Parts: sequence; C-alpha cells; structure tokens
Amino acid sequence: MNHKARRGGKLAAAMTMAAALGVTAACSSGGTAAEGTSSAAPAEKITLTLQTFGGGTNFGYKAAVEKWNAEHPGVQVKYTNLTDSFENVYWPQMLQWLQSGTGAGDVVGIDEGGMGLAKARPQFFTDLGQYGLDSRKADFPAWKWENGLTADGRLFALGTDVGGMSICYRTDLFEKAGLPTGRDEVSKLWSGGWDAFIKAGQDFQAKVKDTKFVDSVNTIYNVVLSQEAAKNGNVTYFDRDQKLIAGTNPAVKTAFDLTQKISQAGLTAKLQNFTDPWNTGFVKSQFATLGCPGWMLGVVSGTAGDEFKGKWDVATVPGGGGNWGGSWLAVPKQSKHPKEAAELASYLTGPEAQLMAFKEGGNLPSTLAAQDDPALQSATNPYFNDAPLGKIFGPSIKSLQPTFLGERHAQVKREVEQVITGMDQGSVPYAEAWDKFVAAGEKAAR
Amino acid sequence: MSVNTQTRRAGPAPPEPRPRAPRLTWSRFDVKAAPYLLISPYFLLFAVFGLFPLVFTLWVSLRDYGLAGGEATFTGLDNYAALLSDADFWNAVVNTVGIFALATVPQLLLALLLANALNKRLRGRLLLRLGVLVPLVTSVVAVAIVFTQLYGRDYGMVNWLLDVLGLDRHIDWQSARWSSWTAIATMVDWRWTGYNAIIYLAAMQTIPRQLYEAAAIDGASGRRQFWSITLPMIRPTVLFTVFVSTIGGLTLFAEPVMFAGNRMDGGTTGQFQTIAMYIVEQGFRNFDYGYAAAAAWLLFVLILLGVGLNYTLARRIGGSR
Repeated sequence: MNHKARRGGKLAAAMTMAAALGVTAACSSGGTAAEGTSSAAPAEKITLTLQTFGGGTNFGYKAAVEKWNAEHPGVQVKYTNLTDSFENVYWPQMLQWLQSGTGAGDVVGIDEGGMGLAKARPQFFTDLGQYGLDSRKADFPAWKWENGLTADGRLFALGTDVGGMSICYRTDLFEKAGLPTGRDEVSKLWSGGWDAFIKAGQDFQAKVKDTKFVDSVNTIYNVVLSQEAAKNGNVTYFDRDQKLIAGTNPAVKTAFDLTQKISQAGLTAKLQNFTDPWNTGFVKSQFATLGCPGWMLGVVSGTAGDEFKGKWDVATVPGGGGNWGGSWLAVPKQSKHPKEAAELASYLTGPEAQLMAFKEGGNLPSTLAAQDDPALQSATNPYFNDAPLGKIFGPSIKSLQPTFLGERHAQVKREVEQVITGMDQGSVPYAEAWDKFVAAGEKAAR
Repeated sequence: MSVNTQTRRAGPAPPEPRPRAPRLTWSRFDVKAAPYLLISPYFLLFAVFGLFPLVFTLWVSLRDYGLAGGEATFTGLDNYAALLSDADFWNAVVNTVGIFALATVPQLLLALLLANALNKRLRGRLLLRLGVLVPLVTSVVAVAIVFTQLYGRDYGMVNWLLDVLGLDRHIDWQSARWSSWTAIATMVDWRWTGYNAIIYLAAMQTIPRQLYEAAAIDGASGRRQFWSITLPMIRPTVLFTVFVSTIGGLTLFAEPVMFAGNRMDGGTTGQFQTIAMYIVEQGFRNFDYGYAAAAAWLLFVLILLGVGLNYTLARRIGGSR
C-alpha cells in the first residue's frame, strides 16, 4: 500500500514536471512566434568575433569596428586582440582551435608568416568566393590578392595592410647625442646604407651611455631580411618548392651578418621584440631607434604611450625598400555566420576601413584605392612629431614586391630568431652563431 | 520488501519462515555489486580522461602525425629512435633533472626543519601553521609572473638588491643555465615548501609524546631526538612527499614557461627548457604530434625510473645505521 502510494506520488510529480515543462515550452515557442510576426527585423541579434594579434594598436580596427557596430545593430562585432606575439602564441593557439573545430573567431587575422600553412589547409577556411567577394580582385595589387588564394585557387583571405619600411627614432635622445634631429637630416645621416647607420650608432653610443642605439637585433634583422629578399628573388627561408634554403640564401646570410655587426658594435639594448622587457624598454627609454614597417608605428605609439608623444619621429630606412609583414583576414569554417563574417572581412579590408586603420596605427593600406587616396598621401601623424607618413611611405608602397614564405615559415622564423637573440644576449658565441642558426632552421623545417 | 517490514513491525509474533529468494538477491547485490557501483565514478572518469589519452598517445606516438590538418602515417618506433638521438630532447632531460634536484632537495630539507619548528610549543602556532600554506593558495602563474619580474635583467629587484649589497653584478638571469635554474627552483620552493611542511607536521603529531619523554630522561639531545625518533617515525610520509615532488618536478611546466615569456623553447639556447615544454613545443608549435606523443611516453618512463630511484634512496632515511 505504502509502496504503491509512494510510486503514485512520484508518478504524479513526474507528470506535474512534464506538464510544467510543456507549459514553459509552449510559452517560449508562443513568444518567439509573436515576436516574429510583430516585427520584420531579423529575430536574432548576431555577434561576430574578430580576433587579431600584435602590440600597441595592432590592426588599428578600433574606429572601424565602432563604425560597423553603429551601422549594423543586428550584427555586432566583438573585437579581441589576443596577444602580442604571432609565432609564439597566436598562431599555435589558432591552429589548435581550427583543428578542434571550436574557439576560433568568425573573422581571424593571419600574419604573412602563417599564410603558407593556411593556404595548404583549405579545409579550415570558408570559401569567400561563394559570398561574391571574388569581385574585389581589382581592388588589390596582384600579389596581395594571390596570397589569399588556397592551393586550389579559391579565395580564403583578404589582404589588410602591407609593410613598407622606415626607421623610428627618438628626437630627444638624438639631440642628447649631438646628432641631427630633423627627419630629413636624419634620413641623410644614413642614406649611405647600413654601414652609415652603424657609424651613426657608434657616434650616438660615444655620447650616450645609458641608452642603446637600437632596440634589438630581431627588428633590424627582419628589416634587412625583407630588403635583401627583394634583391634575391623574393624568397627568405624557403624556395618556391618549399625547400629550406635558410643556410644558402644570400639574403639570409647578409641580414645575419649585418645583425651580428650591429650586435658586436654594442649598439643594441639586447632585448627581444614583442616581449615584456621590450615593452618596458620603450617606457624606460632603453633605446633610440627601431626598424619600423608601417604597422610598427602603432606598436610604438601604443606601447610607449602618451608620455613620449612628439618625441618619436620617422626617417627613411637605409638600404632601400622591402616588405615586412602585412596580414590577411580569413573566415574559419567553424564560424556560425559565415555570410556576415565574410561581409565584415570585406568591410575591414575595404579602402575606407584601411584608411581608418592607417590613421589609428599607421598600418599601410593594401587596396589600391586607399593607397592613391589623397588622405593617405597628405597624412601626418601627431604622435611622430607630425611626420608626413604619406610622403615617407607613399612612394614605396605601390612598388612593394611579394616575399614568398614557405609553409613552415613561422616555425623556422621563431627558431632562427631565437639564435640571433641568444647571440646578442651572450648565450650563443658569435663564432658559433651562424652554424647554430642554420641548424635551428633545419630542425624546425623538418 | 514492504511485506517484510510490515511483518517485523507486527510485533512479537513467532517468526515465520521468510520468503528468502528476493532478499538474498538484494543482499548479494548489496555486498557484491554496490562497492563497484560506488567506486565506479572514479574509474569511469579515469577511463575517459586517463586511460583513453594514455592509449591514444601511444597510438599517436607510433605515427608521423602532423597536427592541424596533417596526415597520420604509421612509422613504428621511428619517433622513439629519433628522440633518443635528439640532442634537444636530452638537453631538456638534463634541465628537468637539474632543476628538480636544485629545487626538491632544499625544499624537502627546509620543509622538514620548518615542520620540526612548528611542532614545538610556539605562540600563535595556528597562525604560523596557516601562514606556511599561503604560498600554495596563490596561482602558479601569478607566482611565476612576480618572480620573473624579480629576476628581470634590467629592472629586477634581485639585481637591485645585489647592487645594494655592493655586489655590482648585472646578472641576466635567463641567459645562463645556473642562473635560470636557480630562479625557477626558487619559484618552485616558494610555492611547495609550506605544503610539504604541513604534511610532515601532521605526521609528526602522530608520534607519541612518551617516546620523547623517555628519550629526554635518557639524556638525548633535541637533535638526537629528531634523528632517532622523529625522522624514522615519519618515514612513510617522507616517502610520499618524495614521490609527489618527483612527479611534480619531472613534469615541471608553468614556471619555466612563464619565465620564458610564454615561449616553449626555454631561453635562447634552451637552457631551461623542461621535458614538458619540449613536448608542447614539438606537438603544438611545430605541429609534430607523433613526435610529441613519443616524448610524453619517454617522460612517463623517466618518471617511473625517478620514482623507483628515489624510493630506494628515501627508504634509507633514518634507517638503523
């Protein structure tokens, strides 16, 4: 009896619960139906996640995203810059997300160093052609467009910025060292090439003791490497058959040798770029110059902060043009809203947003329309002592050449640069550095 | 069941022969199956999160398995063979064992002394005992970040202190083996010494007071009491802490990673790259998943060896000598 009653009670409880659930379900479905009929607007608000990397102002998308959000109440963008470091943190993390099928944003930034690997993995990325973005081909220089195609020729990424070169320098520290401070005179100071740059550094170091002339070997190394690549068939660590040539490519050796020369001359602050001590170095005035591709301007202003506004200036780079960096935006396959994400990627890589990013961080636009825009040509940057960036970068960006980067470029870059840093910081003897450099590259490429 | 209960409640009526069968099955189930049911959550979880990864790792380690969309071709023991002749792997082994020795030996000795001191009648004993546990509560990442700042080359407090003490040495803590190992060992010690001390203390409190009283009457000094009573009596506990710190020390990961600024290569020449870092570097930085899996299995073997070796060493502690 007792038993039966209890079971009856349970049954009743279960039935009540089921009924309650049914009611709730009925309510909710009724609710949506009502909303759906009352307004014509899409029932659901979409949030797109935009993931990028880089220091300072990174991609310079703050203003562009705000504008998008204001104009698209139904499709809001959540913008996150995940980390400073592409090779060490962002790219490994992104690949894990892509592999596991969850975690990656709707639109993700990819540095040129990761593009070789990304191209070879079309299964991870949405074909942007299906949303009509093939039509944007004429907007970009051919090389920037072609690097966004997968191995089988489908569009998966749109170009953001390109990496024209300059040297950022501190006018106040140059004055302290008795060097000229005006950007034209400074440019002239090392117009003779990198040896003139080293000479200027030695003059600087003779007068100033507590500040070093350049930040690190990595920054200069990458500037020189991209210049030299342009003279050697536009390849760095890999040839076009994906064969490792780090040990035999004269571009790499020249960049390495020059870096070693600068380090041996005692001109570096022995830091490593995109690390905390490097960021601190900006604030503590540990160095007076660094190699500045367009996007680096935003890193400098964002990291050094307002305290140093107007103390930085921009001069031309010794040794001619080169193309360091530049990124692409892609839409991972795992995105739940690929259509909206593709629209966002297209918007962010459009001339208007690119000019906003240029204003915000100095990132040089990759679209031809934006490159020709008078706003770019006449642009000045108040942070860099009103430097006429359009004049400094403008003439070179249209002649930039694509540097071919192999599938394992990011891995090799990470390992060989570690050897250079070790050489600069004293843990790798100068005499052994080149052999170690080649060996590290070979191991990472395996 | 309910029938039975009712009969029992009916009072002092002469016991009838009970219907046996159902009760028997229940009690048999109760005795035989219930314990398994009760411990099953652990084993189910272990199967999913322990056994499966273990077997899967073994499967992966026999393949040339490229992460991020690569192929997985069977290569047999190639990964293991390559690892055994990989200088970087052995470099990581040396670093791991070195940091382990540098961190664990002083840590356990310090913990022992600390526990012995806390076992005395002190004012504010509870507070002091809780105090040694505080480092354990802080997150390992926070510890690593703070210590990395302290050991900074240009603006670190340790270098500043050396400067103040008149030792004008501008040490780049990360660049050399001895200095980076020292820095990491202090991070590990700071966090775990208190933990081991509390475990030792708990063991010390189970030692009967009479033993000490008798020893005192016989004229044994405090030090003699420690070596001849305390240490032999807590030997099982010492063995436990040795095991735990061996496993922890050989899988050391977070501290050196944070010290390297979130990189896996452990300094410019890998001077403080541990095995765990090497595994992550191979698997998730170079996307060579099979190679990393093989390294993980070698680490497992190394831990077994380490625990075995330390067991034989630690067994002698306070033994009849």
